Amino acid sequence: MNKLRRQLLAGPYLVWIIGFILLPVFMILYYALTNSAGDFTLANVLAIAEPIHRKALLLSLQLAFLCTLVCLVLSYPLAMILSTLRKNHQNLIVFIFILPMWMNFMLRILAWKLLLSNNGVINTILGVFGLPSLDILNTPTAVVFCMVYDFLPFMILPIYNAMARIGQDVIEAARDLGAGSVTVFFKIILPLSLSGVISGIIMVFVPALTSFAISDLLGGGKVLLIGNVIEQSFMQEYNWNLGSGLSLVLMVFVLVSMALMGSHDPEGGGAGVW
Amino acid sequence: MVKKSAQRIYLGLIFLFLYLPIVVLIVLSFNDSKSRVVWGGFTLKWYQRLFENNAISEAFRTTIFITLISALAATALGTLAALGIHAMKSKKQALMLGATNIPLLNADIVTGLSMMLLFVRFNKLGMSTVLIAHITFNVPYVILNVLPRLKQLNQNTYEAALDLGATPWYAFRKITWPQIRPGVFSGALMAMTMSLDDFSVTYFTKGAGINTLSTMIYTEMRKGIIPEMYALSTILFFIALILLLIMNFGSSRKEKLAKERMEIR
Repeated sequence: MNKLRRQLLAGPYLVWIIGFILLPVFMILYYALTNSAGDFTLANVLAIAEPIHRKALLLSLQLAFLCTLVCLVLSYPLAMILSTLRKNHQNLIVFIFILPMWMNFMLRILAWKLLLSNNGVINTILGVFGLPSLDILNTPTAVVFCMVYDFLPFMILPIYNAMARIGQDVIEAARDLGAGSVTVFFKIILPLSLSGVISGIIMVFVPALTSFAISDLLGGGKVLLIGNVIEQSFMQEYNWNLGSGLSLVLMVFVLVSMALMGSHDPEGGGAGVW
Repeated sequence: MVKKSAQRIYLGLIFLFLYLPIVVLIVLSFNDSKSRVVWGGFTLKWYQRLFENNAISEAFRTTIFITLISALAATALGTLAALGIHAMKSKKQALMLGATNIPLLNADIVTGLSMMLLFVRFNKLGMSTVLIAHITFNVPYVILNVLPRLKQLNQNTYEAALDLGATPWYAFRKITWPQIRPGVFSGALMAMTMSLDDFSVTYFTKGAGINTLSTMIYTEMRKGIIPEMYALSTILFFIALILLLIMNFGSSRKEKLAKERMEIR
């Protein structure tokens, strides 16, 4: 009886789930599968095959892969170094690496726009040394740069957390039994940090695949990702059915990429970072 | 020795990558020239213009308001939900947690758009729709922080308190609450961070004339970069720095206290 009464505490949240989580998903489904007259159609979903949409989706996948790969390559050694630091230094240094994440997302994009612009800081420095200027603003390269900058902490933290949990005694035991650094790495550190790597990959890949603000502001209208196509069909063309259809496709891609990563852990979605 | 210095260099390079953009913003915020590379002397005029800019201060207030209210509401709703979910059988629990994962795992843009479709159908977009949207994506973070604490809790102590005549409310206050409190606080903190930094969901669910800092900067940046933004970045960076320092310092002191107590025992 008591237990039943305590379950009721989740009542308000259940109402919230139905009203603001399930109903919105249903709305997307409804718009995606109907035309403007309200009749059933698959045209909005199949529209992903149109050359312009297909190109945007492929570019998004490509940039998201690249961004995730760069983040992983940068973060893994970093997390390893961080986890070997002395304990009393560790907190401070980890703090230094997550602080930029706390600055507004838009202002971080602004900073990269400044750095990369034709008469910006990077090109001026290159000019001083007589090097050719980097003309990457308004190209996919600039978008990847900024994505890596924005999402890097999401890769660093889960890997670092997984590595910090590896007991020093396990590593010492392996060494006592004659394992070299390479063996220790492949037999202990890599397998035990894999859960962190997987949640890191998910936490970088999904936002990189679906973001539209970075490509909009740093791509100069030339880099069209699937997020941009969806945003434009809603906010500029007011074609909500098409936008919903493409969103549905995007949702499927997000789910598939997560299933591939085997995220059965409920914490893998977001709490893993902390 | 070589390994050590290679490690140092690597840390240094990543550090440079993370902080160079911020340093550039800070330096430019004091630059008395509109150019992005020429130093025209020290000035505070961008800060002055920033404070005179009504649109920015309005957006700043809106951001703080939305962050605090949505985090507060999400913490209350999420803590209650966690208590309820904890009392459920595993099948019901799995259903509730599955639904909780939807906003966590879904792309921001889809979360924002799906809510926009719902709101536009039944209501107008405005401040309340942004608040509802923020509460929705904040609650999961609270639940995921509180639930593990509840699982660690020894159910017998709570029931023993009831057997000894405590009312459920008294038993909750004296036994459950002290043990889940850290989870509630870290959940609230995460909710605030997410709200503060959100762009996509706000962008789609806000009504005309309502702007948070993120959406305002977005609109401004599409028109061009104004130097007031550098001043704003500098201020926000130092606010974040101070807040994080206080939290870090506070929590490490608490941990030390807890450790000392353990040792005394």
